[in-house]
Amino acid sequence: MNRTLTKPFTDDMVRPVMSTTVWFWAIVLATGTVVASGAAAWGYQLWYGIGLSGKRWPGFWALYLTNFVFWIGISHAGTLISAILRLVNAGWRRPVTRVAEVITVFALMIGAMFPIIHLGRPWLAFWLFPYPSAREIWPNFRSPLAWDFFAINTYLTGSVLFLLLPMIPDFALVRDRSTGWRRKFYGALSFGWRGTTRQWNRLESAMQIMAIAILPVAVSVHTIVSFDFSMANVPMWHSTIFGPYFVAGAIFSGIAALILAMAALRKALHLEKYLLPLHFENLGKLLLLMSILWGYFVFNERLTVWYGNEHHEMAVFWATQRGQYAPLYWTMVICNFIIPIALLSNPYTRNIIGCVVASFGVVIGMWLERFLIIVPSLAHKALPYSWGTYTPTPVELMIMAATFAAMILLYALFAKFVPIIAIWEMKAGDFAHAPRQGLAAADPHRIDAAAPASPEAAS
Amino acid sequence: MPFRWGMAIDLNACTGCEACVTACHAENNIPTVSAEQASRGRAMHWIRVERYYEGNFPDVRVKFRPVLCQQCDNAPCEAVCPTYAAHHNEDGLNAQVYNRCIGTRYCANACPYNVRFFNFFNAEWPKPLHLQLNPDVSVREVGVMEKCTFCVQRIKAAKTAARAEHRALVDGALQPACAQACPTSAIVFGDLNDPDSRVARLARSPRGTRLLEDLGAEPKITYLQKQPWHEPDAY
Repeated sequence: MNRTLTKPFTDDMVRPVMSTTVWFWAIVLATGTVVASGAAAWGYQLWYGIGLSGKRWPGFWALYLTNFVFWIGISHAGTLISAILRLVNAGWRRPVTRVAEVITVFALMIGAMFPIIHLGRPWLAFWLFPYPSAREIWPNFRSPLAWDFFAINTYLTGSVLFLLLPMIPDFALVRDRSTGWRRKFYGALSFGWRGTTRQWNRLESAMQIMAIAILPVAVSVHTIVSFDFSMANVPMWHSTIFGPYFVAGAIFSGIAALILAMAALRKALHLEKYLLPLHFENLGKLLLLMSILWGYFVFNERLTVWYGNEHHEMAVFWATQRGQYAPLYWTMVICNFIIPIALLSNPYTRNIIGCVVASFGVVIGMWLERFLIIVPSLAHKALPYSWGTYTPTPVELMIMAATFAAMILLYALFAKFVPIIAIWEMKAGDFAHAPRQGLAAADPHRIDAAAPASPEAAS
Repeated sequence: MPFRWGMAIDLNACTGCEACVTACHAENNIPTVSAEQASRGRAMHWIRVERYYEGNFPDVRVKFRPVLCQQCDNAPCEAVCPTYAAHHNEDGLNAQVYNRCIGTRYCANACPYNVRFFNFFNAEWPKPLHLQLNPDVSVREVGVMEKCTFCVQRIKAAKTAARAEHRALVDGALQPACAQACPTSAIVFGDLNDPDSRVARLARSPRGTRLLEDLGAEPKITYLQKQPWHEPDAY
């Protein structure tokens, strides 16, 4: 048996919650300013009309929908990866799961805003809700946008539960170590957690159920997002490969986002002892696998279009391959395929820096991929007379920048209020060979002296 | 028997004068945008005359093709609208309920003909232009899609008048603004359900084709033109 955790572990985890550094305020101030500017840009757009964005006939979807698909893709970092790792009982997942699940919840919240920002009349977005109205009009359930609405809401609800459930014991831990407002605040959040065996058992079975239930939801969400495109008879959208292609791309960008978040947290919160090179290496292998899978999907998509040689599709194909969008396209290929494979297939560069560099590339590349799916197709529809182009405007770019800042801001706030590594899961991991014992040991309130020594005492 | 409004456009008769475009703007209160906005792709023309050039200089021929909403029977725009703003009405028209539109613009993406237009801003009608607004047509606000209605206000008025006088609508008594303005009578409008109407006869013409017919949207506009198989030597 190898008990690695020591008393300072709990202190390391709880310290960021209890004390605030000047860096925290600096990050909040910087990102908060950008978020506020983005909100102002949106207000400006609401006041004058969506015409302040760069959209134009005939390409009526552009940057906002790119960001929508991008952020929903990023959201597949957490819940999906953490659910899979939980189900296969991968021991190394323990310090990673919460970092990942938080990304899911925040990325979904940000992503789900974009279809509303993008609406011509956002104040009427509630018409997508299926509520009984005096006019007896329901949403059109034939529309993929209505499917989207339900899919994203289901996934958001599920991931919030998936994130909150395992936080309860840690909230209780912070509650018991704090006084004043913190005690009240975390007391409310811990839902009366006392650490009884019954509570542990219920938590374990709830997590098991959630991990199984969230998998099909996560897969369906990005499939349905892909349906927004593949259902429409637009050149290079109307493709059967879009469902799996989008899901693979989502997991791909999600892992990249997870690696970036872990690297940032590791530095900012001094978690070098817990987020080990091993975690980056394992996630790097996953990223490598997804990179190969992504390349396979792109190859399939492009080859069938080229070989089929249907002239509406070929217009889009050549526009991306060697036309106006070729620089973006080849940047995407380099970022998504060449850099990750070069860095991650080599054990010497599959270290933390290598993983971070590859992940940066993937995040940029996957954003470009979404842009290249949406814009060139709409700009090259069937009638050549009405071909078009698109250039983003400052309002759009400001709102986009604000969402990236919002992600950092929400993450910083979360890491401030919640231990970013699941304390009890780490402790339970020390007893992986005897889960029941592990749970008992993880209980911060255990008073039974006859039980096995707690990991803190074991040091 | 319900109506099924359709149109036939004779491309050999079209001179590309764009009188239809002007008439449509006047009839349907379509906003005109500034030159700067037009250069940014915000111009709205429910009907446009597409120009295609054939041959090499100096032996060049220009072909004109007026393109408006094809009022498809199997319209791609309708299924994708989450709020039923785009829907099929009882006369087979693709109707657009402006008040129900929330501006997802999905319909415009799904439309293969690119004949749907979006109100990027609230339209302005500086005095005295506001006096030319057609009182029978609602003015659209920012954020909603709009498109050719086959002058549904004229259809409604003609149907109401016919009902009041207890008579049937006669073929040709009713014209949308574009057909009325066309100096060469290239645009013929009528009821496709009446097999003897002019438009129904033209729709059956061997000179007729439908735009992007292979996409399966079943458009109700027939384009008439001299076909290659009429003069095999030309090809």
